[in-house]
Amino acid sequence: MNTLTRGDRWRRRAVIWLPYGWLLLFFLVPCLIVLKISLADQAMGIPPYTPLIADGQIQASIANYQFLTSDSLYFFAYGNALLFSAGATLGCLLIGYPLAYGIVRAPLAWRNALLLLVILPFWSSFLIRVYAWVGLLKGNGLVNNFLINIGLIHEPLALINNAFAVYVGLIYSYLPYMVLPLYATLEKLDPALLEAASDLGCRPAQAFWRVTFPLSWPGVVAGSLLVFIPMCGEFIIPDLLGGPDNLMIGKVLWDEFFNNRDWPVASAVAVVMLVLLVVPMGFLRRFLTSDRA
Amino acid sequence: MSNRLSPFLAVMMALGFAFLYGPIASVIVYSFNASRLVTVWAGFSVRWYGELFANEQIMRAALTSFEIALMSATGALILGTATGFVLSRYRRFIGRYFFGALVTGPLVMPEVITGLSLLLLFVAMEQLFGWPRGRGISTIVIAHITLGMAYVSVVIEARLSAFDRSLEEAALDLGARPWKVFAVITLPLIAPALVAGWLLAFTLSFDDLVIASFTTGPSATTLPMVIFSSVRLGLSPQINALATILLVVVAAFILISARLVARTRRSAGS
Repeated sequence: MNTLTRGDRWRRRAVIWLPYGWLLLFFLVPCLIVLKISLADQAMGIPPYTPLIADGQIQASIANYQFLTSDSLYFFAYGNALLFSAGATLGCLLIGYPLAYGIVRAPLAWRNALLLLVILPFWSSFLIRVYAWVGLLKGNGLVNNFLINIGLIHEPLALINNAFAVYVGLIYSYLPYMVLPLYATLEKLDPALLEAASDLGCRPAQAFWRVTFPLSWPGVVAGSLLVFIPMCGEFIIPDLLGGPDNLMIGKVLWDEFFNNRDWPVASAVAVVMLVLLVVPMGFLRRFLTSDRA
Repeated sequence: MSNRLSPFLAVMMALGFAFLYGPIASVIVYSFNASRLVTVWAGFSVRWYGELFANEQIMRAALTSFEIALMSATGALILGTATGFVLSRYRRFIGRYFFGALVTGPLVMPEVITGLSLLLLFVAMEQLFGWPRGRGISTIVIAHITLGMAYVSVVIEARLSAFDRSLEEAALDLGARPWKVFAVITLPLIAPALVAGWLLAFTLSFDDLVIASFTTGPSATTLPMVIFSSVRLGLSPQINALATILLVVVAAFILISARLVARTRRSAGS
């Protein structure tokens, strides 16, 4: 590679700077603009916020952030988002771990087919998967109809527009993201380790908790981060399955923007959300790039 | 690992798959329901499929989404391939670390923030340069390319890091120019990853509600937006029919790309 001509160098530079420039313009700059507008005031007109520099002076104020702390709604919505996401992450882990572990231990001929079955819902429409739960859970929905028909209940249960529905929706929608990294780490485990444990007198359950589970920890962490972060910003699920008491911050941001048309407050909500998520996002980034030299 | 499933594990797996597929199955079954009430069975019928295809609003939105997804996937493929190539082949250049950080940004950023931030950028650009004048298909495509290229680059980089570089090096030693090596050797070798990446970017774009809602204008309504507003009004058997068609198409896509991946594994010998 040390005989690069001028043309080669020029092409190399283009290959680097085309995507680099794109990401700077359409990812980094927008983030900075959000930060800037979160320091502005709402205004009439287009765009509906005050300029940062007017009359030769910087007009930044932290009024929006003070507003966020003054109204308990925001505190509540951030807390709810973290709480729901943490609970649903645990739920994904409880359902996803046996699933991933079972696929790894299934006969070799089945493995790819089973894995494909996990991936299929992950590629199909997110919105439609949430829609499916609306049909199942609503007052005259399939679950209630079924329970009434078999005589177990007489009045429809309140299954939708509550915390239960939000948990179900979150766990259901993000489950495949949990299974895939778990499967990837479990598949790599050396069977000889379990044989050794068994030779040394370890019972299977003991071997699982003392050998398999600790060694699968990287998959557990990666899967948990992979589902936890997008859950925190989730809008569709709290909107379609949650009730007024189940506000999550992603929905608050959406409403601030689309209903109240308050762009500066929506921006401040986004900045605070990023600050809360920056540590998990940093960890996730390290997992996504851990194969890189 | 030993190939034995304990009964406990088998039951847990069966429950897990039932949980994954039960709701999807209910949508498909009730798309063939004769009744207007989505959740009350009244005999087999395909009338909702007929009404779906006669529904101009849904058909127009489907076409818009298809158009956006085609353009976004193609743009994401080009930029994402370049990104994956840079990350796996160019070890040293100014700002490399920052580039790596920037690429994973769209992957880990919550959608509402990506959507809001891009909209604010488009508005600011319109103020400064007069472009984009209003928002619509073009701004959604830019937003989807940004998201899609990050995913494509992960797929491409994984593929590039996995395969044997000796062919590329041999060609370089024999005096081929780097761009020729890329076109004649690298590209054909990663072709299945290119297809997989394109399909991934296409699906992401076709399925996206949140980012598109922020970055669109009055001129463009995508399919997820129509589905979302109709779900908010209540269930509709037409949406069940639409969901069934989408699920069948996705299943077909997945099977094709699974085949492709299996074929590359064999040819790469890994």
